[in-house]
Amino acid sequence: MSYEIKLDIFEGPLDLLLYLIRKNEIDIYNIPIALITEQYLAYLDMMRFLNLDLAGEYLVLASTLIHIKSRMLLPPVEGEGEDEEGQDPRAELVQQLIEYQAYKEAALNLEGRPLLERDVFTRGAQEPAAETEEEEEEPMIEVGVFELVQAFRRIITNLDQSDLAIDAEKMSLTDRINEIMERLSEERQLTFTELLGERMDRRRIVYTFLAILELMKLRMIRAYQSGPFGVIRVFLAVEE
Amino acid sequence: MEEKAAILEALLFASEAPLTVERVAEILPDTEKSEVLSLLEKLGQEYEGRGGGIRLVEVAGGYQFRTSPDLAPWIRKLKASRPSMLSPAALETLAVIAYRQPLVKADIDRVRGVDASGALKGLMEKKLVRIVGRKDVPGKPIIYGTTKKFLEVFNLRDLSELPTLRELKDLQE
Repeated sequence: MSYEIKLDIFEGPLDLLLYLIRKNEIDIYNIPIALITEQYLAYLDMMRFLNLDLAGEYLVLASTLIHIKSRMLLPPVEGEGEDEEGQDPRAELVQQLIEYQAYKEAALNLEGRPLLERDVFTRGAQEPAAETEEEEEEPMIEVGVFELVQAFRRIITNLDQSDLAIDAEKMSLTDRINEIMERLSEERQLTFTELLGERMDRRRIVYTFLAILELMKLRMIRAYQSGPFGVIRVFLAVEE
Repeated sequence: MEEKAAILEALLFASEAPLTVERVAEILPDTEKSEVLSLLEKLGQEYEGRGGGIRLVEVAGGYQFRTSPDLAPWIRKLKASRPSMLSPAALETLAVIAYRQPLVKADIDRVRGVDASGALKGLMEKKLVRIVGRKDVPGKPIIYGTTKKFLEVFNLRDLSELPTLRELKDLQE
């Protein structure tokens, strides 16, 4: 178990590399690739020896290091039209390291702030408020026609065929649009299934679907989904 | 204390979430936002000057009473549960999102050099990060951003209060 704690020291291959650079007191802009590659690979060997789950990302960086090392051994190719930054094979990795280091510092800075419920506290009644907020903040993705068609198909296939009797009742698209808008203004939000899934005939289903598409096109309603294949909810698009 | 200041103090005390200037201006009769702001500032100074256990803090686009940070050990004694801390991986992921938002997961993975799925899921569950949309490229990857709760938890007025990456670097050197 203690081995796993050891791996936790590093947040990933870039972190390990930064550690090696710091440990050797190396200038990040002038990394001795041969030395660092050797130490990096030694670490990977150690991790493997300790039977640690070696994430694939560590191996990717190992191959990058070896690749850079081999390129540094080769004399620069003349007349290949390489631009200035292409000259140093390490440049891209250095850029990545510096960027990563910056975000590591940003993370430390965030952690050093006075955190709610750790350093600062609000009045005691926090908990229930947080819960209601959670419900409201359910991540919603706006859905497009593609997702709607998928959902429509699912509903159609789930319907009992015998229910799909054709009703002689006359109905227009406008009627259905008005019905939907009325229901939405009463209930604020409806799921796609609620709108489509009632016991209704084929014509009515198709009209309902067309009405939803039309209303979305006119931006009178909006449809949101909590995730792939999640429940699709339809809202009135209220103007701000 | 004049009446408006007293009402304002009561509103702040009773409010569950950070109270916005707009909301106060709606509630107080014949009060401009600028007046609310100066009342808030005065009240904040009063609490500061008192040297008591409570401060008026500007956070997540509003104002809220919060306990003074140096009193945290006492309040932790009161509250049995230990605060749930974020792992370094989660903090790094959060930092990348906070500074680079809106962005897709591939951007986070690239900066950190590891797959951010796990950290991202945890941050979404803690409501610190949310889905803000989908990028209009093949595959329609999900775009992420930070939430209002992120500002509340990290005691931030708004995102601009975060030091820039350059400032952080200068600070360190």
